[in-house]
Amino acid sequence: MTDMKKTSLTLGPVYYLWDAEKWRDFHFRIADEAPVDRVVIGETVCSKRQHFIEPHLADVVERLESAGKTVILSTLALVTLNREAKQIREMAEVSEHLLEANDLSALAILKDKPHTIGPLVNVYNAPTARLLASRGARRICLPPELPFSSVREIVAEFPDIDFEVFAFGRMPLAISARCAHARSKGKIKDNCQFVCREDPDGLPVKTLDRQSFLALNGVQTVSHACQSLLGELDHLVEAGVRSFRLSPQDCDMVAVAKLHRAVLDETVDADAAVAKLRQLYAAAPLANGFHHAKEGAAWVARTRSLQAAWPA
Amino acid sequence: MELICPAGTPAAFHEAVDAGADAVYCGFRDETNARNFPGLNFSREELKQSIAYAKSRGTQTFVALNTFMRAGAEEIWYKGAADAVASGADALILADFGLMAHVAERYPQQRLHVSVQASASNPDAINFLVDAFNAQRVVLPRTLTIADIARIGKNIRCEMEVFVFGGLCVMAEGRCSLSSYATGKSPNMNGVCSPASHVRYRKDGGELVSELGEFTINRFPAGEAAGYPTLCKGRFDIADSNGYAFEDPVSLDVMGELEALKAAGVKALKIEGRQRGKAYVAEVVSTMKAALNSPPERRAPLLARLRSMSEGQKTTSGAYEKRWR
Repeated sequence: MTDMKKTSLTLGPVYYLWDAEKWRDFHFRIADEAPVDRVVIGETVCSKRQHFIEPHLADVVERLESAGKTVILSTLALVTLNREAKQIREMAEVSEHLLEANDLSALAILKDKPHTIGPLVNVYNAPTARLLASRGARRICLPPELPFSSVREIVAEFPDIDFEVFAFGRMPLAISARCAHARSKGKIKDNCQFVCREDPDGLPVKTLDRQSFLALNGVQTVSHACQSLLGELDHLVEAGVRSFRLSPQDCDMVAVAKLHRAVLDETVDADAAVAKLRQLYAAAPLANGFHHAKEGAAWVARTRSLQAAWPA
Repeated sequence: MELICPAGTPAAFHEAVDAGADAVYCGFRDETNARNFPGLNFSREELKQSIAYAKSRGTQTFVALNTFMRAGAEEIWYKGAADAVASGADALILADFGLMAHVAERYPQQRLHVSVQASASNPDAINFLVDAFNAQRVVLPRTLTIADIARIGKNIRCEMEVFVFGGLCVMAEGRCSLSSYATGKSPNMNGVCSPASHVRYRKDGGELVSELGEFTINRFPAGEAAGYPTLCKGRFDIADSNGYAFEDPVSLDVMGELEALKAAGVKALKIEGRQRGKAYVAEVVSTMKAALNSPPERRAPLLARLRSMSEGQKTTSGAYEKRWR
């Protein structure tokens, strides 16, 4: 199946607040070793964090581009302040790179400029995808919540655009004006002292019965379970999906990228790959429930036959 | 300022009209409606009759088609829009771009309001929807302060409607998959949040445990009133502490800020609560209407009466006040 080999991998933006050097070195290693085709960088969750990576941004871009990766600049997921919108406007004016829209304001600012759509924009159907494409969207990463039946329908209706699916990472589930992360440490957003830096893979939220449930990442809430579509890549490729997004967690993302590439290249069997992924990211269980139109936290074991899994 | 009132049933609709609502908002009994709760909402015929009654009393009707169209099933939403337009709806409240594009093209004379579920939280986003779809009003997300609203009002080319009373979303509306993570059912896709079909209560020792899907959302010791397990209003363990991680079980009440909202340029005040009974709707609407018609110094007793009607009796001004963040 040569279609599998025509696929590409996108490394998503680091959603968490990592120490600046860690963030830089992470991307240097991605540039040197990871089989990803493009890398989205830049603060996406909280505008207060933006200054942390700025000293290293130019070096990271250069290193990634020297390694042949396409660099895409991320924008904020929730824009409420003037300065946040202004920053996107300035990026759109001066940047030589593609920008990724994660909020309606970026969609407005990027109109008629080539750009990509991140997984935080609500694209639930083909008419919406068509509208975004007509305004300059080149690639659309569909929301993690979307079931396969919808993915298949959208891609079939509109094959001329490159659709991407969120294939690895804790699922971004919600964003708020309020910072639950700061609140959990006795602060509020305006005097947060960047306490989210203490939790580079999110701060676990457990139920009162000690079930692992969610994780806090500043104003964002992510799932405890880690989405993995390793076992569904072949179905997705068959449906026409050409790009897969890997969302950075605090683990060996080079190995995670290699594993996904190997499954797409059909050099590693999907079941073996899933077992390997559980070792690479042992911090959380894997989930693929959204893909199967079930609760997002669920894990559905792989079915080999497309027909068996998705009767017409 | 206009008063926009909820109706989950034809009976509540009548009460809201009689109590002095300037407009009533409601939706069909299907997945096009972000309040797609069992036993609620309107058939085609009920909507037609309700709109006719509203028109006879000089009240407007806004029809919410504010979920996101399911891929391949867009006709359900298109049909909803066609029927709402034909029934004489004064405005359609929409969240999905694809649906907005359809309505703007097919029914250019129809007033289009941007649902809070669209998450248009800044002037660029709002003006985009005005330019692209001729949106005439935006319902602002409950993530903004009054100062933010005033600033937005100066920079947009449409009217602003804000929530002032009732349930409160902690998360940016239309951008939350917490419910579907636990239950497979979401506001965006199914029009439900923390659906009753997935709620279970069980006794554990002296405590009452509320669950949503597989997950415990709260535990209530004997004597403590048990609330509904809305996911973001649950109690959770974080590090060494436990408590309401996202928000206490409170409801929104910013009626004390009417003058500031008016000064900010707000055109319409919205009451949440399409799941509420007709008696509640009648009482809240008439009290709020009286408050709006009174000079500020005479409002206090009316606002106190309103407060006593709030969920759990505890209220918050939410994001409208900066320290909430």
